[in-house]
Parts: sequence; structure tokens; C-alpha cells
Amino acid sequence: MQININGKSHDLPDVDPDMPLLWALRDLLGLVGAKYGCGVAQCGACTVWLDDMPVRSCQLPLGAITGREVTTIEGLAGDALHPVQDAWIAHDVAQCGYCQAGQIMSAAALLKRNPNPSLEAIEGAMAGNICRCGTYSRIVDAIQTASTQLQSLSFYEVGQGTPERQSDDGVSA
Amino acid sequence: MSSAIDKGMKRRDFIRYSSFGLALSSGGITVLAAAKTSAPANALNPYVVIHDDGRIVIAAPNPDVGQGVNTALPMIVAEELDADWEAVEVVLAPIDATRYGAQFAGGSLSVRNRWNELRQMGAAAREMLLRSAAQQWRVPRGELTTQPSKVIHPPSGRSASFAELVAAATEQPVPADGEVVLKARADYRLLGQRIVNAAAADIVRGRPIFGIDVAVPDMVYATYVKCPQIGGVPKAANLDEVKALPGILDAFIVAGDAGPPSFDLSKSVHVAGGIAIVASNTWAGIKARRSLKIDWDVSAASTDNSLAIEATALKAAQRPTGAREVKSAGDPQGTFANASRVVSGVYATDFVSHAQLEPQSCVANVSATAIEVWTSSQTPGYAQATLAKLFELPAEAITVHQVRGGGGFGRRLSNEYVREAAVISKHIGKPVKLQWMREDDMAFDFYRSPAYFGLQATLSETGALTGWRNHVVSVSSDGEEANYGAGYRGYNFPDDVVPNVHVSQTLVASKTPTGAWRAPISNVYAFAEQSFLHELAEAAGKDHRDFLMAALGEDKWFKPDDLASLNTVRAREVIAAVTRSAGWGRVLPEGRGLGLSFFFSHAGHVAEVAEVSVSADRAVTVHEVWVAADLGQIVNLSGAENQFQGSIVDGLSALADQRISISSGAIEQTNFHQYPLLRMPQSPKINVEFLASDYPPSGAGEPALPPVAPAVCNAVFSACGERIRNLPISRAGFSVV
Repeated sequence: MQININGKSHDLPDVDPDMPLLWALRDLLGLVGAKYGCGVAQCGACTVWLDDMPVRSCQLPLGAITGREVTTIEGLAGDALHPVQDAWIAHDVAQCGYCQAGQIMSAAALLKRNPNPSLEAIEGAMAGNICRCGTYSRIVDAIQTASTQLQSLSFYEVGQGTPERQSDDGVSA
Repeated sequence: MSSAIDKGMKRRDFIRYSSFGLALSSGGITVLAAAKTSAPANALNPYVVIHDDGRIVIAAPNPDVGQGVNTALPMIVAEELDADWEAVEVVLAPIDATRYGAQFAGGSLSVRNRWNELRQMGAAAREMLLRSAAQQWRVPRGELTTQPSKVIHPPSGRSASFAELVAAATEQPVPADGEVVLKARADYRLLGQRIVNAAAADIVRGRPIFGIDVAVPDMVYATYVKCPQIGGVPKAANLDEVKALPGILDAFIVAGDAGPPSFDLSKSVHVAGGIAIVASNTWAGIKARRSLKIDWDVSAASTDNSLAIEATALKAAQRPTGAREVKSAGDPQGTFANASRVVSGVYATDFVSHAQLEPQSCVANVSATAIEVWTSSQTPGYAQATLAKLFELPAEAITVHQVRGGGGFGRRLSNEYVREAAVISKHIGKPVKLQWMREDDMAFDFYRSPAYFGLQATLSETGALTGWRNHVVSVSSDGEEANYGAGYRGYNFPDDVVPNVHVSQTLVASKTPTGAWRAPISNVYAFAEQSFLHELAEAAGKDHRDFLMAALGEDKWFKPDDLASLNTVRAREVIAAVTRSAGWGRVLPEGRGLGLSFFFSHAGHVAEVAEVSVSADRAVTVHEVWVAADLGQIVNLSGAENQFQGSIVDGLSALADQRISISSGAIEQTNFHQYPLLRMPQSPKINVEFLASDYPPSGAGEPALPPVAPAVCNAVFSACGERIRNLPISRAGFSVV
């Protein structure tokens, strides 16, 4: 089976098509930024992008992603960190840090769809990501900082393509 | 760019935060490990290694499970060393009691216990660099001083970097404790500042720094299935069928120990019986579990039913005194017999699970003569000791690598999953990663004990608190002592402050394993006592703040110089501060209320105010929480504030709807859909204020949690007039929205 991760094609011969993407990333490809937290799409620690949409990789069988493009936390930054990652450091968001790769992937996807989200839009987009340490207020601050930063940059500098316009509820039309 | 940077946040995104990766290759931690036999040329002591290129490697001795000690502890060393923090590289120290003493994460003790030691280590290393420069330059030591990462000689203007001096400095004798002068607080450059978590750059990149990320050559993957009825052991299973499944390398029965485990951290070698499935990847094992059929022997297993335990306990708690007396002071009997007014309330809390976000995992490599494990344990020293005992090997044959943990909250104090991994590795003769599923974690925790309190108090004619009775009903697995976290521990207030006090205890049988859950004992006592104090204030017709201030009695430090004892001066200061910040006494619209609480634990005096509104259908919105605390000096302002913000969220999470129920010895909840954790939309605005304090620092991980539940429940009473005496509040039909 061929899967596309962070712009690279990987061949996984004889892999079980039922295997969730999470375990393929972690055990077969050594990309361990996406984390196992619940296995039932409740916590968001395993969040990656499937064609720019945040998805829970623990519930996504490999058989369902052929021909699609996956982006993981390892592929988010180029030479420089993504503005969301920068903001996460600036606000010293993390405590244990275990959920944060998933939080960052959800936040970066939100800002790609909606570069200037309201607080309600942020809460709506991030409600699927649990932080057991309780860093929510810092996550909000970091997203707002990254939003300001992103709006001062060309979107071509930080992502591929132009952001879609959409309603303010954080959900793509 | 951001307000955080404007506030002076020191940014460290280029810093490499080393952990097991370096333990396996070469780098700072290997240097430190090598010091066990021969000190490397540039190590000044077990904590400080200075490289020729200017990097200053500082060892972080204690496990970090999110409480920030991998940043805070090296900061203390760096301050006294006068190191440029930008040049500091944090490495996780090897587990070695001879050099690093007790390496554990618990009791909010890391900073408090290591404060003197680490300042001394930093200062001694700095002194060696100064003496080395004095010799080289032939000037009196007294004419030299330091600026970050360099020694300077002001009379001549001469200077040299620590890197230039370190080789010669290693030849200096290690100064004795009395020979170095610690910095005056006014000269601190780092302590008290906002310093970014040393692991932040690795965290935001998703680098492999957690226990679950450890991989070693030739490693295979294991999952371990235990009896849902806790303490049951396997009799037989369809192993041949499972072994034939794709990706499965082996499947076998671990006979194990029958009966539930006990929370005996230093001695327990209990291994629960179960079925080990070894696979070529994690998923193959998960999938194979679905085909597994096991015949269990449950003769020694728990038969607990949590509703029955609760009913027995609540009935007992109705009695004003229990089976045995724990404490008596003054004349409680006379006071209650002659009181003009007696107020009563029975409070109850449930079993709670830790639900740290990273489920337990451990990589173990066991041979006939040696064991090597990588684990996010909060007690790696006990992991080593109990493995040695279980496998009958000398402690020196056991190497334990500490690895960052994805949350702890007390769950990683026990090491049963480390022993399970080692048993499996030994059986298959290969290094193995044992991965617990979330369902394993929820079914086989050491839960927060439920506790039940029959509280009574007497009020004088003028509404003063004159007598206090607490009948604590605790679960007990042996019928002799209360389980961990369910027992009695005096917190000075109100027990040592009220003139006439009687505390008694009754035990209720339970076999479900319990242990330490963030701020153990405190978290249940605070809810019951600080809610009841509000009931008393209401009964006395007094403002809650005024009632608390009066109930605290005279100005007194109960055991002077013991930070772990109550100081009523500090208590009153935090209550005054938090009520000032929250605008205590302001008029609120109907359905909205403020609630106050104070609690002293983990050497921290903490007061909190919550502002809530309650809808007609009992939906509670927590709008804002104010916290004022005296933790002594603050080491890392950003880290301490983060711990406090997180404690508020954790407290809300637990009080809202977290409840473990037990039926026929088995846990009924399996995952987060049945055991909800607070999410961002429910999270309030949180204001944290640390009072200026010259006391030595105490830990920030726990003391802000106990006051959360009573502050919120007192606010609910203020908002709607209903008293909540049972946690979680969902038991009474309330929800947090």
C-alpha cells in the first residue's frame, strides 16, 4: 500500500488495511508526534491533517486514505517553525506536552480555514482536543497570537494556497 | 510579538532538551552517566557539565510528568552558577540514588526538597570556576565575581568564559557547604522570572520525548489483558487461535498474583495475572485482543459494588462519632451537649480515576543477569528496587531510564506496568514495549479513594465557631487501616484551631485498589470542610470571608520553621488578597454567585473565589476563578502559574462529572465518553496571584487543586441556594457547561 505523508510517498507492503493511520505513523514510519490517548476519537491527541482537514488518526484506517495527502506535526514546520508553533513556545503553553501536537494541528488547521477566528470559533474548533493538564487559556492566547502573526504574513509563506473564506463558527463550509 | 514576550518571557526554542535519545547515543546524559565511574574532565559535580563550546549542561534529577521540574530544578542550579540560561542544556539525570538522592515526583516536593541542595551545587560549581581564575590570574579570589557564564576581574577588566576555565576548575577541591555564599535574592537573574518549559521546542515539533515514543533495536510490541473483575487470574485462553493471527509473534498466560494489588510503592512486587500478546506492531496486538477468549479464576478477586459501599458509608456518616477516636482536643462532648446551636452536614466523594493523557507504557529488556527499562515512572527508584526483588537480581543489575511522562497526577507512582513489561520481555527473550490501552488504564487504576464525612459544628450566641466534630468514613481493604488517600490527616485548620474538636473514623470494606490522586486526602477534605465552613457562616448569618478570618483564630505559625504547618498570618493574607481581586461582596444578578474557599496543603496557603451562574436546568457556568497563594518564593513564574491554571481546570473536571463506579469488582467506565474530561469551552477565565513572599519555595503542582471544588460549590449555593454535598455534582443533576 502507498500512503502520502508530509509530501513523501511511503510503501507499506502487506500492511493490514484496517490498521489506523496512528499506528502506522508511530510503529511503521517512526513519526511519533501524533499520540495515542483514547483510541476512540475522544481526545484529539492523534490529530493529523487529511488534505488539510484535521482528523483523528486513531480512527482512520489506512485503507481509507489512499490517494489522500496526510500532514503530521513533523511536516508542519519548514525550515522555520509554523507561527502556531512559535506562539506555543512564546506563551509557554505546555505542561506535560502530550496533547500539544494534536492541539497544534487542530489550531493550525483552524487558522488555515479562518485566519481571524473569534473566541467562540476557537472554542468550537478546539473542543475535540482534551488537555488533561488544563492549558486551555494559554492555548487560546497562543492561537490569537498566531492569528495576528499569520495575518501579517502572506499565506503563501506559511501554507499551500489561499485560505477559504468561511463562516465564523470554525467549521468549513 | 506577543504579550507573553512583552512580559519578559525568556525564549528557548533552540535549546535541545535531551532525554532517552541521548542515553542511547552520545551526548550530555552519557557524560553524566559516565561520571558514575570516572568523572569527565568538564564535570564540576553531578549536576553541572560545561562544554568547550560554551554549552552548560545541567542535570534534571526528578521525573517530569508535566509539573515543570525539568525546567524549575535546573533554573535553581543555573541561578547560583550564574549561567547564561540561553546556553543551558537540560538533560535528564540517570537514576542513581548515590549521586541524586531520592528521584521522584510526588507531594509537590521536588522544588521544596531540592532547594538547598541545588543552590549549593550551583554555587559550589561557580566557586570552583572563580578559584580557578584566581589561581590563573594570580589575583585574590575576593576581587573576582561573575556575570552570566563568565568570571570577571573588575579591577583589571579581565574576563574569561566558564568554558575557558572549566578544565582547570575541575582540579579545584569541591567547596564545603559553609565555604560558599549563596546569592542574595536581590541579585537573582532567573528565579522568579517567566521561563519557557525546557521541553517546549521538542513538544511543539512532536519529537520523541515521551515514554510511549521510546524505541530500541529489535523491539517488539506487547499488549496485556487482565481480568475485568480486579484480582482475577487466568485459567485458560484460546492461545493457539490468537497466535495464528497476522502479526502475532507470541501469546501466553502470565499466572501472576491472585487478588487486587496494594498501593505499597516501595515493596510491592505484585504482577496481576493476564494474557500477554506479543506482536510486530501495536495494532496487530490490539486487533488480536478482540479474538481472545479467557477463562478467569475470580476466587480471590474483588466483589466490590460502589453503590453498596456508598450506602454503607453514608449510613455510618450519619452518626456523629465513629468506631475509633482519632483526635480529641478541648471539651468536645461538653461543647456539643451545651451548644446553643449545632449544624450538621454529611459530605461524600466518589472513586475517581487519574486519566493522565498518556496511557502507561514501558520498554523493558530483560536478560538472565540484567534488566534495562525506560519508563515515565514518578518513582523510578522504586521501579528499580521492586524489579530487583521480583527478579532476584542485585539493584546494580537494574538500569532504569527516566523518560518524560504525558501527565502523572499520582498515577505513575506505582510501577506495576514496569513489572508487567519486564515479565513479558523475560518470557520472550527480547526487548518489548508494553502499551496499555486507555481501557486498561481506566479499568486498572489506583483510584482516588471515596471519602465520607459526617461533619458537625457548634456556634456560639454571637455566631462564633466553638466546636468541631468530623466522623470520617474511609474505605479499607484490610479492615485495619484506611486505604491510601482515604485516611485522616490533620490540616491544622480547622482541626487545630477550633478550641473543641473531636475526629473519629469508621472503616468500610473495599477491595478496589486506591492510591494517590493529585493532592491526595486534601482534595476530599477541602471539599467537605471548606463547604461546611460556608454552611456555618450562613447559619451564623455572617459573611463567609469574615467568618473564615475569625475562625482562623490568633496569629500563629503552628510549627515555626516547618513550612508544612499552617501559618494563620499567611492564610489571612491570601484570603484578603483573593477577595480583593474578585471584588468580594459586589452585587450580582439573580442566578449568579461568588464562592470562596481556603485550603492549606503541600506547604502552600491558597485561597480561591469562583464566579458562577446556574440555570434553571442546573447547568453551571464557571465564568471566572481568582486564586491567591503564598508559595514562598516563586522559582519559575510561568511554570507555577501554569500549574495553578491547570489545577483549576483539573478541579473543575473532577467535580463536574468524574466518577468511577464498580459492579461485581469491575470498573464500569471504559473511556472518555463515560469519564469526561473538561474541554476548552467549559474552561473559565483564571486569574492567578502569587503573594510576594520571602519564605523558601514550596511546590506548585498540587495546592491549588483542593480549594476548587468548595469554591465552586459555595458559589453554586450563592447563585441558587442549593447546597452540594456530593461529588461529582452530576450526582445531584448539575452539569458544568
